Amino acid sequence: MNSETRQAIWNVSVSPHIRRGVSVERIMWTVSASLMPPLILSVFIFGIQTLLITFVSVASCVAAEAVSQKLLHRPVTIRDGSAVVTGLLLAYIVPPGVPFWMPILGAVMSIYVAKHLLGGIGFNIFNPALIGRAFLVATFPVAMTSAWLIPIRDLSIFKYVGSGVDAVSTATPLYVLKHYGMAGLTERFGSTLKMYGDFFLGWQPGSIGETSALFLILGGLYLLYKGYITWHVPVSIIVTAGFLTWVFGGERYFTGDPILSVISGGLILGAIYMATDYVTSPTQPSAKLIFGAGIGVLTVLIRLKGGYPEGICYAILLMNPLAPALETWFRPKRFAPPKGAMK
Amino acid sequence: MAKKSVFQEFSKGLWAEVPPFRLVLGLCPTLAITKSVDNGLGMGIAVTFVLVCSNVLISLLKNLIPKEVRIACYIVIIATFVTVVELSMQAFVYPLFLQLGIFIPLIVVNCILLGRAEAFAAKNGVIASLADGLGMGIGYTLALSALSAIREILGNGTFYKMAVFGPGFEPFRFMVEAPGAFMCLGLMLCVMNVIGKK
Repeated sequence: MNSETRQAIWNVSVSPHIRRGVSVERIMWTVSASLMPPLILSVFIFGIQTLLITFVSVASCVAAEAVSQKLLHRPVTIRDGSAVVTGLLLAYIVPPGVPFWMPILGAVMSIYVAKHLLGGIGFNIFNPALIGRAFLVATFPVAMTSAWLIPIRDLSIFKYVGSGVDAVSTATPLYVLKHYGMAGLTERFGSTLKMYGDFFLGWQPGSIGETSALFLILGGLYLLYKGYITWHVPVSIIVTAGFLTWVFGGERYFTGDPILSVISGGLILGAIYMATDYVTSPTQPSAKLIFGAGIGVLTVLIRLKGGYPEGICYAILLMNPLAPALETWFRPKRFAPPKGAMK
Repeated sequence: MAKKSVFQEFSKGLWAEVPPFRLVLGLCPTLAITKSVDNGLGMGIAVTFVLVCSNVLISLLKNLIPKEVRIACYIVIIATFVTVVELSMQAFVYPLFLQLGIFIPLIVVNCILLGRAEAFAAKNGVIASLADGLGMGIGYTLALSALSAIREILGNGTFYKMAVFGPGFEPFRFMVEAPGAFMCLGLMLCVMNVIGKK
């Protein structure tokens, strides 16, 4: 027993008694770092302007955080990196062809309205980045649902710089699948096997940071290894969504393509980085599984029956306010008094 | 409470007790029809007319109305004037009538009208009730016009159907949708409270 543990044992204090030396600051900066590979890859898929959009988004989130905290007379905590993570995630879920000023409005909505007006870090009911996106979709429906770019294959990363959105926009795989079915999808993106490869690596039309399942999963595994997230929510979302797509997603029952449904759209990004947000998700393992399953069900419901081709954003936003209730319902029994003790 | 002058009864509706923001009454039309300035203005004028007439009539009849059925009596009086407004609007401003739709008949159940009848006209004289109704009505009209101006300018890029910005302006569709109404109203309440505190 070394001196440090001995001190920890003999030290009389209120809980928590065991500290890991992990702070909000360190977690947020680690999460930001794990989000870097998809950003770098996005430059090679959609061109150099993704860097500009992401930079604008992060800068305006940090600025909005500082201004909000000043206005509300709270301590300014822009160094803890939480605004940076929100900014990165907000940029990752907008189409790569939007004008660069659009994320500024989303950032103000995310940070000021969805985070600080609802109480600041630790108190917000909804995921701030997703509120920002929902606001942008409601405000600029045309740009936010059509500014998709065709992935670049020849490293010409300046291809889309300065070109108008209308000239180059294309459709996401989920949009094609929704409106033209599986046949339309293979006609546009090649054979199923080719699609698996392309989509898994990231070469598919989509939002800036959501396309590469590979890099997002690697980032998620790193966070899992560091112990910053647990497997429950992501696995539960992906399994539920995959299973339901397999059952209901095809022309007949049990003919949907679960793999394609998982690696296209924002499912992986949402499952790993948005739904695991500490503030807006439950902490009990059983509650996490239910929370994830709820997101999976709602996502598939919106994808297959709703008006939008992708539903992960609204699915997470709908489950967020349920997190406190799930926490209460799934409280471990051992903390409850034995039956009859209260009589 | 000291007796207020007629002018004070009139002016309190313009700022200190402006209906949607200070009394937080009549929110249903405030949220629903403030998509454009002409809707907001039309609604405000209609409510003002009904408010003034019903206030005056109720204040005249206050000693004849039995206490037990007073609410029903107020509603009948208010409904009479709402019907007058509805028929006149159909006759003279038909497009606006179509725009406002169900919210014209719904003026009957607008809390401002019943609230002023119960809280003011039933206890005060005719002149004071007239001033109160006029003040509240004008305050309501101004509030609706302000809210709808913000929403129309930002959400549609126009003011009273005239383009405000150049063709490059991308309208914030969010502002003319339902959530935009709630947010806009909340922010205006917030601004009113901040100004009121100083």
